[in-house]
Amino acid sequence: MSAHADHPAHLQHHFENSEQQFESSKLGMWLFLGTELLMFGGLFCAYAIYRANHPEIFMYAHHFLDTQLGAINTVVLICSSLTMAWGVRAAQLGQRGLLIVMLLLTLLCAGGFMGIKYVEYSHKISHGLLWGNNFEAQDAHGHGGHGAKHGDEHAADHGEGHAADDGHAAADDHGHAAHDDSHGADGHVTDMVAVEDASAPNVVVVADADAPVIPNAPSGPSGLAAPKPAKDAHAGPGEAPPNPHIFFGIYFAMTGLHGIHVLGGMVVITWLIIGAFRGAYGPEYFTPVDLVGLYWHIVDLIWIFLFPLLYLIH
Amino acid sequence: MAGAHGEHTAHAVPMKYLLGTWAALIVLTWATVAVTKVDLGALNIYVALGVAVVKATLVALYFMHLRWDKPFNSIVFIGALLFLGLFIAFAMVDTLEYKPDLIPGHAPDLEANAS
Repeated sequence: MSAHADHPAHLQHHFENSEQQFESSKLGMWLFLGTELLMFGGLFCAYAIYRANHPEIFMYAHHFLDTQLGAINTVVLICSSLTMAWGVRAAQLGQRGLLIVMLLLTLLCAGGFMGIKYVEYSHKISHGLLWGNNFEAQDAHGHGGHGAKHGDEHAADHGEGHAADDGHAAADDHGHAAHDDSHGADGHVTDMVAVEDASAPNVVVVADADAPVIPNAPSGPSGLAAPKPAKDAHAGPGEAPPNPHIFFGIYFAMTGLHGIHVLGGMVVITWLIIGAFRGAYGPEYFTPVDLVGLYWHIVDLIWIFLFPLLYLIH
Repeated sequence: MAGAHGEHTAHAVPMKYLLGTWAALIVLTWATVAVTKVDLGALNIYVALGVAVVKATLVALYFMHLRWDKPFNSIVFIGALLFLGLFIAFAMVDTLEYKPDLIPGHAPDLEANAS
């Protein structure tokens, strides 16, 4: 290969022709995707093990996930896969404008996915639904440790008064009792005191840090009549089993790693958009678009499995 | 397939496959959520996973172009899935052999069943 005039600019010297280079690149990407499947597979294995051994944790904790948001995210990613595949087709057919539009739409969908993820995560963080020691006990209504700014949205969600974060313990007409908590979600000390009065039979008292922090579900008119596994999505989480933080550890690890992959994909798609503007991709050379497309479809594929396993537990 | 100086033209996925796959995925997503309203007991998770497998197959075949690709790419993909299956299968077989009642107080479901 002495003269540079007799081969395309993108053809690297160790390849015979463009087709061989393209096929090799594609195989390389598929091998990488194989490693991605096995990496996420490790987390899926953790899920399988823990769910097989402690189904009660999953039955309890999945109520704290919003199925609707998860379904919307699934649809968003499916649409992004369509726009990405369409973009690859546009590159192959030399439709530069359409390629740019499709890449931008894919980026938009990815941003929408991360936006919904942000909403979900901030809700969980504000309620102390975290991993390991950071998990804060929830009462029967799923109200947990008092984070900084969740009072309004939580009241709006459940349409009931909620203990304000200014040190006042309040029992509303549902008998929602606050619990003594030496570490709030943000690490600041909240002087919440357990409220006990004649009208609220449900009492949650946590005396010291060594006592178990998981309160029993209140029984009586305002609580659940008897702790039982919830078959109906509207029935609520029920009584918390031991170690509910296991679910959230798995949830954040799996969706977090997936979210990092979405972010990485957004960076690479942005790079593709820049290249597309410069006219770098066309019928002769569209390999980067094709390969990023493959990566993006794997990201979608992983979410297709994450969604039913995390959000649709019954 | 990109060709040298246009010897081969790239196979662009026809629009009907792209749109058809997208529509099927949306329908299957709706079905996945709808099926959770029906109580099938232990079967629920398998139905959900089954639908997810169908969706994954559609994505792999049409969006990821495996239907028209060289078969070796499919072998890599399916091979990774098979090894993942082995991984999870052996881990599950192992964990189900555990005897949790040897350490009292660490198996809530056992205590509830008072076995």
